[in-house]
Order: sequence, then structure tokens, then C-alpha cells
Amino acid sequence: MARELFERKIKQIQDEILLLGSMVEQATLDSVTSFKDRDIQTAKALIEDDQNINDKRFAIENAILILLATQQPLAHDLRLLAAMLLVANELERMGDYAKGIANNTIRLGISDLPIPYRDIEKMGELAVSMLHRSLSAFISEDISQALAIPHEDDEVDALFNKCYRTIVNGMIANPATIDDASLLLWVVHNLERLADRVVNICERTVFIKSGEMMEMDGSEDEVEG
Amino acid sequence: MTEPKIQIRDLYLRYSDGKEALKGVSLDIQPNLITVAFGPSGGGKSSLVKVLNRLIDLSDVDEMRGEVRMGDLNILGKDTDVVELRRRIGVVFSRPIPLPLTIFENVSFGLEVAGMRDKKKLSERVEQALREAVLWDEIYDRLDDPAASISGGQQQRLCLARVLALKPEVILLDEPTSALDPVSTAKIEEFLETAKKDYTILLVPHNQQQAARMADKAAFFLQGELVEYTDGESMFINPRDKRTQEYVQGRFG
Repeated sequence: MARELFERKIKQIQDEILLLGSMVEQATLDSVTSFKDRDIQTAKALIEDDQNINDKRFAIENAILILLATQQPLAHDLRLLAAMLLVANELERMGDYAKGIANNTIRLGISDLPIPYRDIEKMGELAVSMLHRSLSAFISEDISQALAIPHEDDEVDALFNKCYRTIVNGMIANPATIDDASLLLWVVHNLERLADRVVNICERTVFIKSGEMMEMDGSEDEVEG
Repeated sequence: MTEPKIQIRDLYLRYSDGKEALKGVSLDIQPNLITVAFGPSGGGKSSLVKVLNRLIDLSDVDEMRGEVRMGDLNILGKDTDVVELRRRIGVVFSRPIPLPLTIFENVSFGLEVAGMRDKKKLSERVEQALREAVLWDEIYDRLDDPAASISGGQQQRLCLARVLALKPEVILLDEPTSALDPVSTAKIEEFLETAKKDYTILLVPHNQQQAARMADKAAFFLQGELVEYTDGESMFINPRDKRTQEYVQGRFG
């Protein structure tokens, strides 16, 4: 395969990654909005649509594996394809977080819970904004952006801690709400994890550009809901 | 770091047609590793191979200077015994060149030239060399057949066995698998992986993938210049020099 054809195929995969990214961004924003509005209809649709995210991820993986097998790329090309394989996986997992939030929207009863809607919404917006810019940096291999974005994770973490406090205090004040409150914890947890995975995308950007495998900040203990 | 097996310093080589094949190359070749010399054609890899066992003596050379040492031996020295040097540093080329003799005789030839007469000893050494070259199991029952009767892949391993029978210290391989099918290629590569514990190996690979697969150390040659020399992994995942990056990614060559 000529170099031009190879580069065109890479470009196509990059476009697909951006597309997958925007699907995840939209799903995340919609999951937070439908949670806030208690919109069961949208939540159900989100759960169904997660399949599209999974399918796209497999399509991207497949395209990358074919290029790896037929082109046996090296150096920057190899790093780029390996990184895209990992980022497609990160995005798919982020999609699962949105799906998890939608699930909790459906399961959440109408109890008298103190729900920090504003902070949850803010977390969602922040995380999605980080995701959006991290993907731009990933595609353009903008190392300075990739190094800067992870710092914003602190803000997401701070919001998470604030929400966590509010929710736990609610549990203590009214133990009858514990079941529902634990669902809330999963919602904020998922948003916090999404931002952590944005950090992973930034790490991959640094890897593509410099070959350096660098661990950036972002809490890594994995639990899911 | 272990003592290098071969030390090359400021090696310069110009053929009589004016072509500068090596422009001041310095390189340490480590024992018990596979060193891969790769790069576009005309880069100086094959010239380097020829210098190392003095096959370069057969070419029209206008000027050659610098220093090439193997331990105390000055490889470029005027008084160096080239027959002994070529026993210590064996070479395998891209096309198998079997002698017009039987399979057995192809391997025993060098030993007999070196004065070995004892039939039993000869048989032992031939078998040992053929086993080492991953060929014995395929041809042990037809050692008296003409060497030309076996496949190209087998002939190449026969040439390798011929080198191994002389118990060399260094093995040079100049695109040894370029004319071979994937199975024979895999057998040669399998041999190299096993053999590196006993030898010093310099391999000019026939493509980038073989370079990446085999290289413990990798040296990138471009127009007579050693551009980058590092361990194999760094070279093929994260090369430093821009020219290496471009070549490894197939942007020129």
C-alpha cells in the first residue's frame, strides 16, 4: 500500500474516533439532563443507544487491526495505531458510564432526597468539555493541551467530594433514603471516572508524540455502577 | 556493559568508481546479541559486512581507512591471516551458493580444507552443524544426494551449516532470507534466536519487519552514514533521528 493510501486510512480512523467521541459526549450530557429531569423515556433510549457506541468501537478496532496486520507499521505510525486502539476502548467505557447514569435514572424512586443537581450538572459539563478538548488534542497531537487538561480533573474531583458529602449527609439524616442515595453516589462516581479516563487519553497523546509512557494525575481505583 | 566483540572506529570506504560506501562509521558490535544493520540500499550495510571478513579485498577499493578490531586482532591489518579471519567470522549471503558436491561434502569441505581427516570426527561435526542450522531432520537420510537437489530454503540452511561447522565466533548474514519462503525464513530466524547465546551475530535484514523482530541492537545506515544506533525496541517504536523516523515509517527508501 502506498504511503498516501495508508495515511488516508489513518485519517478515516481518526474521523471515526472523533465521531465516537461526540456520540459519548452527547450520551453523557443527555444522561445528566434526563437524570435531572427524571426523564425515563430518554434514559431508556440512552441505554438502547449504547449499543451504537459499542458497535462503533468494534468497527474502529477492526479497522486498526487490519492496518496493523497488513501494514505492520513502526515508530510513530505504530504508536498512533496502538493509542487509537486504547482510546476507542476508553470511549466505549465512558459510554458505559452514561448508560449507568441512565440506568440509575430509571431505578431512582421519588423519595425526599437532597440531590445536588447543580453540582452534578457542572461535573457533567466539565467532564464532557475535558473529553472534547482531549480528543482534539489527541488527533492534532497537541502535547501542551494534553499536559494541561488533566489538571482540570482536580475540579471534577472537588465537585465529586462535595456531592459525596451532601449525599452521605442525606443518608445519615434520613436512613430510609439510603437505597436511592446509593444510586446517586453511582451517578457522581461515573462522572468522576469519566474525567479520569480523559486523563488516559491525554497520556496516549503524549505517547504518540514523544514515545514516552507517562502516568498523569487522576484517581485510578475502579468501581462501577 | 560487556566488552564489544568487534570495535569499528571511523571506518571510511570509497570504491574506485568514486562511491563513498562508508563515511566514518564507528560502531561496537556486542557479543551474544543480534545486531541488525538496516536502511535503504546503498547505505553501506553490505560494504560493512564485506569489510568485517575482508571479502572487500576482492572489490575495487580506492581508499579504506579507520580501524576494525576483534579483540587483539586488527581486522584491516596487512598481515592479518584472512583465511583464519574468515573461519572466525563466517558469512551467509542472500542467495544460497551450494558447492557442486553432496550435502555432506558441502559441510565437511571447510573442515577438510582446515585439515580434519578423521571420518568419525567429520561426521560428528557435520551432523552437529546441520542440527544447529535446523536442517538435520529434513535431510539426514540423503546426505549423499547432491546439494543442488534440495529446496532453496534448505540450501540456505546448508550454507549456514557450512559456516557453523567451522565454529566461528561471529556470523554475518546479508539478507539471508530474502529468497526464502516464510517457513524457511522462520527457521533461519529461529536459529538466530537460539544461536545468539553462542555467537556474535550481525544481520542485514531483508525487510523492516524482520529488522524489528530480530534486533537486540539496531543500526540505521543512510548513504554511508550510521545515523542511529540503539536497542531494537527503541529503534522501531520510538526512533530519535528524524531520518530514521521517516525511513522506518516507509516515507522513503
